[in-house]
Amino acid sequence: MKETPLSNCERRFLLRAIEEKKRLDGRQTYDYRNIRISFGTDYGCCIVELGKTRVLGQVSCELVSPKLNRATEGILFFNLELSQMAAPAFEPGRQSDLLVKLNRLLERCLRNSKCIDTESLCVVAGEKVWQIRVDLHLLNHDGNIIDAASIAAIVALCHFRRPDVSVQGDEVTLYTPEERDPVPLSIHHMPICVSFAFFQQGTYLLVDPNEREERVMDGLLVIAMNKHREICTIQSSGGIMLLKDQVLRCSKIAGVKVAEITELILKALENDQKVRKEGGKFGFAESIANQRITAFKMEKAPIDTSDVEEKAEEIIAEAEPPSEVVSTPVLWTPGTAQIGEGVENSWGDLEDSEKEDDEGGGDEAIILDSIKMDTGVEVSDIGSQEMVFHHVGQAGLELLTSDAPIILSDSEEEEMIILEPDKNPKKIRTQTTSAKQEKAPSKKPVKRRKKKRAAN
Amino acid sequence: MEEEMHTDAKIRAEIGTGCSPRGPGCSLRHFACEQNLLSRPDGSASFLQGDTSVLAGVYGPAEVKVSKEIFNKATLEVILRPKIGLPGVAEKSRERLIRNTCEAVVLGTLHPRTSITVVLQVVSDAGSLLACCLNAACMALVDAGVPMRALFCGVTCALDSDGTLVLDPTSKQEKEARAVLTFALDSVERKLLMSSTKGLYSDSELQQCLAAAQAASQHVFRFYRESLQRRYSKS
Repeated sequence: MKETPLSNCERRFLLRAIEEKKRLDGRQTYDYRNIRISFGTDYGCCIVELGKTRVLGQVSCELVSPKLNRATEGILFFNLELSQMAAPAFEPGRQSDLLVKLNRLLERCLRNSKCIDTESLCVVAGEKVWQIRVDLHLLNHDGNIIDAASIAAIVALCHFRRPDVSVQGDEVTLYTPEERDPVPLSIHHMPICVSFAFFQQGTYLLVDPNEREERVMDGLLVIAMNKHREICTIQSSGGIMLLKDQVLRCSKIAGVKVAEITELILKALENDQKVRKEGGKFGFAESIANQRITAFKMEKAPIDTSDVEEKAEEIIAEAEPPSEVVSTPVLWTPGTAQIGEGVENSWGDLEDSEKEDDEGGGDEAIILDSIKMDTGVEVSDIGSQEMVFHHVGQAGLELLTSDAPIILSDSEEEEMIILEPDKNPKKIRTQTTSAKQEKAPSKKPVKRRKKKRAAN
Repeated sequence: MEEEMHTDAKIRAEIGTGCSPRGPGCSLRHFACEQNLLSRPDGSASFLQGDTSVLAGVYGPAEVKVSKEIFNKATLEVILRPKIGLPGVAEKSRERLIRNTCEAVVLGTLHPRTSITVVLQVVSDAGSLLACCLNAACMALVDAGVPMRALFCGVTCALDSDGTLVLDPTSKQEKEARAVLTFALDSVERKLLMSSTKGLYSDSELQQCLAAAQAASQHVFRFYRESLQRRYSKS
C-alpha cells in the first residue's frame, strides 16, 4: 500500500505553525514526547513508546565461533525491522533506504561506541564467544524511529541476562537459569540518539519530530550521546548547511535530553528488578492500564470438561464408520495406479473404446454403436455427439437384429456396429486394449474401423 | 491443514483403549486484551493469554496491488512476524492457517478488489501461540470494523502421555505433551473452522479435545463480548 501523500495545504499549515513556534501536539520546541518503557516476562524484552511511536526490543544470545581477526571478542548484531504494522508503506522483506540508514546509524551508535564490553563475551578465545543479537521491531510509526529504537536497544541490552557458563579444560558447560542465575552484560555507558529536525534551511529547529513534522522537514541531525556528554555518533542528513554554533547548540540540548532519558531508563530498570525480586507480577499484562476503556482483563477461568467424554462418545457413535481402507493398489489403466479410496479415475477412459459398466455378464454380447459424423447433414440431432454408447444385454441384441441402431446412424459415413460375442470380462479387456493403444495411439481409429468393418 | 498427523490404524487401537478420564483441572489462563492501541493501522489489538502475547494490526479494506487483485472479493493477507530473526517455514505455515480461518469468516465479497492485511507480531511466546494469534487477529479485525460472518477464536488443547487433557497449555506443558491440538471455532454455530494438530491421538481423543475446545470457546467469546461491551459503554 502506498503512503498517503501530504497535501500542499497541510504542508503549508505545518510550516506556518512551526514559524509561529507552535507544534500540532502542543509541545514546545525542545520538548520530547512522553516516554514509556515496559518489560516482558523474558529477560531482554521491552517495549518503548515515544508518544505514539512504539518499538519492541528483544535481545537473544548464542554461542558461536568468533571472527578470525577478533578471536577474543564477542559479536554484537543489530537488526531493526520496519514491520508493515507500523505503517502501510513499509513492505515486508524489502530493504528500503530508510531501513538501511537506520540500521547503520544504530550500529554506529551502539557497536562502534563500544558501550558493550565485547571482550567479556568471550568464552574460549578463538573458539567460542557469545553472539548477542538485538532484534528491534517497529510496531507503530509516528516519527523519530531512531530515538525510540536506540532507547529500546539499550534498555533491552541492560535488561538482558545471558546464561552462565563455566570452562573446565576444553569443556564448556552452559547452566540453565534454574542451576545458576543468569548474568547481565557488562555495559560501560548508555548512548542515546537525539534527533533534531530543521526547517526553512535551518532557520527553525525542533526536537523529537513526529511523523508529520518529519515529512515537511528539510534536514535532520542525529546526535548519539551518553550521560557523560560524550558524543558517540553524529549524523546530518537531508543536505542542509548547518552553522557551527547550531551544531554546538544541538549538542548542548542533546546533553540535557540524554541525561533525562538515562534517568528514566534507570528508574524503569530498577522498578522491574524490584518487582521481580519481590516475586510480584510483571510482564506486559501488568503494563496494560486497567482504567483504559479499550482494555479488558479476565482472570483465570475454569472450564468444565466433565462431559467431554460423553460428548465425544456420542459423536463417534453417531458418525458413520470409517470406510474400508483399500490397501491393494488398483490398476485402472497402465500409468494410472491408485492406492486407497478416491473417485474412479477417468484419465484412462478411451474415447471410443469398449469401456462400459459390466452388468449383464462379461461373456454376453456388447454392442458398441459408434457414429462418427463428419458431415452430419441428415442426423443433425445426434450430430453433436461424437459417439453413442449402447450397452445392451440380450434385449439389445434383439434390438440390433431389428435394425434399430442403423436408423440412428444413417449417415454418409460408414456405420459401425461391432458384435463381439466372445469377449473376456471387462477389466482385463480394458487393460489389454489400452495397452494396445499405447503402442499405436495415432493409428487407433483407423485400426478399429477396419476391425469393425470386418465384424460387420 | 494438519502439520503432522498420524492416523495409523494400529496406533489408534493401542492408544484408544488406554485413555483415562480427566480431572476437573482444566482452565484457561488469565486473558487480557487491549484494542486500538496503535495509531497507524485501521484496527489493532494486543492479546495476552497468560504470558503469551501477540500484537495484531489490520489494514483494510484498502488499495490492492494489481497482481494480487481478486475481482469479486477482498484479498486477505496475513503476515506473522517472529520475535527473533526472520520469518521461516513455521511462520509461513501459521500464516496460512490464520489466513484460511479469516477467509472463512470475513465477508470479503462486500469489498471486492481491495486488500485486507492482518499483521501479527509475536511479543512473547509462552505456549498456545497459534490460538493467541487467532484471538488477536479476530479482535483486531473487530476493531478495524471489517464485516464478518461470525467471530472466531483459537483454543489449544494438549494431551499428556497418560491422556490427561490440558486446555491453553503453557510452553512447558506443550513440550511434555503427547499431542497438541489447536482449533479455530466460530461464534455462531461453534463449528470447527481450522484444526492444526501435532502428535499422536485416537479419534475419541480428538473428539474429546474438540468438545473441550467448544466449552472453552464459550468463555473466550464471553470475554470478547464483555471487552467490547466495556469498550462501547459510556463509562
